[in-house]
Amino acid sequence: MALSDTPDVAPGTPGTDVVDLDVATIRKRFPILDTQSHGRRLVYLDSASSSQKPTAVLDAMTRYYETTHANVHRGVYAIAEEATRLYEQARAKVARFIGAPSTEGVVFTKNVTEAINLVAHSWGRANLAAGDAVLLTEMEHHANLVPWLMLAEERGIELRYLPVTDDYQLDLSELERLVDGVKLVSVTAMSNVLGTLTPIERLASAAHAAGALLLVDGAQYVPHLPTDVQALGVDFFGFTGHKMLGPTGIGVLWARPELLEAMPAFLGGGEMIRDVRLDGWTPNDIPWKFEAGTPPIAEAVGLAAAIDELSALGLENVRAHEVSLTGYALRTLTERFGDDLVIHGPSEPSQRGGVLSMVLGDIHAHDVSQVLDQHGVCVRAGHHCAKPLMRRLGVSATARASFYVYNDRDDVDALADALEATRDFFAH
Amino acid sequence: MPGLEDLYREIILDHYRNPRNRGELPVPPNTRVEGFNPLCGDEIVVFLDVEDDVVKDVRIGGQGCSISQSSASMMSAAVKGKTLDEVRALSRAFKAMMSIHERSIDDGSDGADGDGSDLEIDPEVKLGDLEALRGVVKFPVRIKCATLSWNTLLQGLDESPTA
Repeated sequence: MALSDTPDVAPGTPGTDVVDLDVATIRKRFPILDTQSHGRRLVYLDSASSSQKPTAVLDAMTRYYETTHANVHRGVYAIAEEATRLYEQARAKVARFIGAPSTEGVVFTKNVTEAINLVAHSWGRANLAAGDAVLLTEMEHHANLVPWLMLAEERGIELRYLPVTDDYQLDLSELERLVDGVKLVSVTAMSNVLGTLTPIERLASAAHAAGALLLVDGAQYVPHLPTDVQALGVDFFGFTGHKMLGPTGIGVLWARPELLEAMPAFLGGGEMIRDVRLDGWTPNDIPWKFEAGTPPIAEAVGLAAAIDELSALGLENVRAHEVSLTGYALRTLTERFGDDLVIHGPSEPSQRGGVLSMVLGDIHAHDVSQVLDQHGVCVRAGHHCAKPLMRRLGVSATARASFYVYNDRDDVDALADALEATRDFFAH
Repeated sequence: MPGLEDLYREIILDHYRNPRNRGELPVPPNTRVEGFNPLCGDEIVVFLDVEDDVVKDVRIGGQGCSISQSSASMMSAAVKGKTLDEVRALSRAFKAMMSIHERSIDDGSDGADGDGSDLEIDPEVKLGDLEALRGVVKFPVRIKCATLSWNTLLQGLDESPTA
């Protein structure tokens, strides 16, 4: 399907003037932000885990179920055809949103974890044998570690890791040596713990010069920055809908179509086949070859609505808003807590995402989060599914606050007030 | 709605700030066993000196939140010098106290928190200071923090060559 068939709102166009987000108006579109927690205004600072959903997304999914629902690519009746059209239109919206040249490289998955597992299972098992190497980094989420560790156990591939420097960047000093001879480089575009933005273009060049492919985990990147998979130079790119205002249960693997063509199927079942006989089967065309069974149709409709919402805001504007808010948060927290609060991540807002991993004195992150909760402030506490990185940082857990389009300085102030109450509560 | 004072009783904070029986024992002859809470990364290390079916000594290592650390500290004080039968009875009584909430939502059969087989409270068993952790059941996510050390201890008793 050519993208020109589906005129959509283009995401924030580079070069245009940045417009301040009208957070007060945006917040009105998120019903949950009007609720209370422990008798206080809900201060939601855990969007890096999962974002909240605007009414437009909820309505689109409800409207789909109330007026259109039928299985896709099967029925020859009006609502089934309309459901199929909506599902494939969502695919086109995704392609346009991430700068993909066509829809055939866009595979709907359950989430980014499944997207990476798809690559490890299908491409990995077809292309990696004992002795072959994959280059990862120390700052990966478990979703980009365990599939490769499983493959290493199963067939003895070698895993290498780009280290993390003391200032929370990828250490590229040994990049040429580490990338030499690997078949795949698999790296996050933005750390879910540190907020560090990784140098994807540079890693793409290094990988391709070494004859390797590049897989990028875009789970924390796509919701917050304009994304162009072609400009980034990636070969595989995964992200998930629920972190970008969309529903849970749908994610995306984008891959260069020729890679998908050459890869064996992943899960077997309906939809992914062209023909099935009692003695064999032939796979469907891409991308459907990788979409076994009834797909997440309403979720695709919801994801399309989320993309419309983000596109209307403009990703350039979203990014500018988060840089500004992150800068305010870093200044506020440093002023109010000084050395009592350690924030593990880059100090320059323009070089990081809006994710603040905090350690408050010797108070454990769970205890911090518990007191914050009493103040209506929602943060994530724990190891953030990145245990190797936590070991590298020398901490067992952090309390992580993360920002999105509906957060403002009032939320940062509420966080700081609640942290102060936490410090008082546990004061010796 | 439960408040922080239900969770963070003063005696819990005291054990957190001044943990009892913190340290190590030589292995062998003693037993060392580690427990992890995979959800939050809390780690407990229990060192056990069991002789003649009595817990002669116990030491606690590891790191974690105030609930997991104070529970481990209170446990160490509670089991030291007790017979294995007494320790197991205490463990059952403690877990029963922690399971009250789970039972109310799923009949206590989620199986994710220890053996779950025999949670009858022996009326003869006195929990003493451990009672302070009763408020944890109002914060379901934290129950596993409180039971981590006990599950680790039970594993250690099973592994101890002299137990």
